[in-house]
Amino acid sequence: MAVEVKLTTDNWEQEVLKSDIPVLVDFWAPWCGPCRMVAPVVSEIAHEYEGKLKVGKLNTDEEPDIAVRYGIMSIPTLMVFKNGEVVDQIIGAAPKEYFTQRLDKIL
Amino acid sequence: MYDVVIVGGGPAGLTAGIYAARSGLKTIILEDKVFGGQIVFSADLENYPGFPEGISGMDIIDKFLEQAKKFDVEISYDGVESIENDISCKRVILKNKSCITTKTVILATGASADKLGCPGEAKFLGKGVSYCATCDGAFFKGKTVAVIGGGDSALEEALYLANLVKKIYLIHRRDQFRAVKILQDRIKKNNKVEIIFDNVVKEILGDKFVKGVLIENVKTKQQSRLDIDGIFIYIGLTPNSKFVSNLIQTDEYGYIIANEEMETNIPGIYAAGDARKKSLRQVVTACADGAIAASNAQKYIEKMKA
Repeated sequence: MAVEVKLTTDNWEQEVLKSDIPVLVDFWAPWCGPCRMVAPVVSEIAHEYEGKLKVGKLNTDEEPDIAVRYGIMSIPTLMVFKNGEVVDQIIGAAPKEYFTQRLDKIL
Repeated sequence: MYDVVIVGGGPAGLTAGIYAARSGLKTIILEDKVFGGQIVFSADLENYPGFPEGISGMDIIDKFLEQAKKFDVEISYDGVESIENDISCKRVILKNKSCITTKTVILATGASADKLGCPGEAKFLGKGVSYCATCDGAFFKGKTVAVIGGGDSALEEALYLANLVKKIYLIHRRDQFRAVKILQDRIKKNNKVEIIFDNVVKEILGDKFVKGVLIENVKTKQQSRLDIDGIFIYIGLTPNSKFVSNLIQTDEYGYIIANEEMETNIPGIYAAGDARKKSLRQVVTACADGAIAASNAQKYIEKMKA
């Protein structure tokens, strides 16, 4: 079962801004090598934090409006949303512990 | 206990993994960031034999990974804190504080992109400052960017960006490039690229996003400001060897000293790829190092048994 939600302009408000639990959004694109390589780490996080954290993927190629809205100019960027607000962002690939430490502080 | 622990999942580490596992050794590759390392930043490899039409860095790494998995190499997203050497084994201490014991270690940790270290660089990371043209180039379509550096990477990435952006300032601190001639010729022919020699970056300027860069001529000390939307930095590399500096000999830049057999100063610990002191850092030489390191790890293990 895929625990990562595919985010679009249409479901952004419902899935991210109005989510009951914090949301980790992975901004990525198919031509971005580091994004593709970071994907398994994001996927592991999605499984380990299931129920506590929603994990969504936003393809900046398909959804440029949302990327522009949040000033994304570098991918991969991981953003954490809580009650509709951006509470943390990590730009670029990083070790898994780095992601989980930052998440544990927020959750 | 493992036979081989490989630290780093780039071309050197993955090749070492393929060779070690194929010869029946219990093998794990530890990668704390991105499998593939620097090469996944590359849009097109033109000089890796077997791909006359070129291949992207991430496509080739996908194939390496697939091949490693075929031979049952274990892979893990764990960072390494330190390595301890004992008479009969080595202990690899992970960043999550757990410990792996192994008969041999292959250090294939690669190198990381250097930072300029000037004001604005950290502040505007992801807001116009980038170290990956293939990742971020698309956000600068029709805009003006600066590329900093004079080596192969800087010129290759500038040529890649030239397909997307309106204009590129290629800024280099010396009065000539280090890059190979074929790249220099292509750069000079490209009418989107304006070459600025003898200049260094003093500050990256902007508000929420990058808006400009302050550069200084190293000879005349004259400063000038360029209006740009993005800056791509390719000024060199630092080997990822600090975590073993208490145990493993390096040169003054941190490159691990290993001989032609990839043996470091510690028996049973090998180095392979860009982290090693050598003259040519390419995917093909990283692979060669990895194969030699794995083969010698196997010989070392056989000798232990005897």
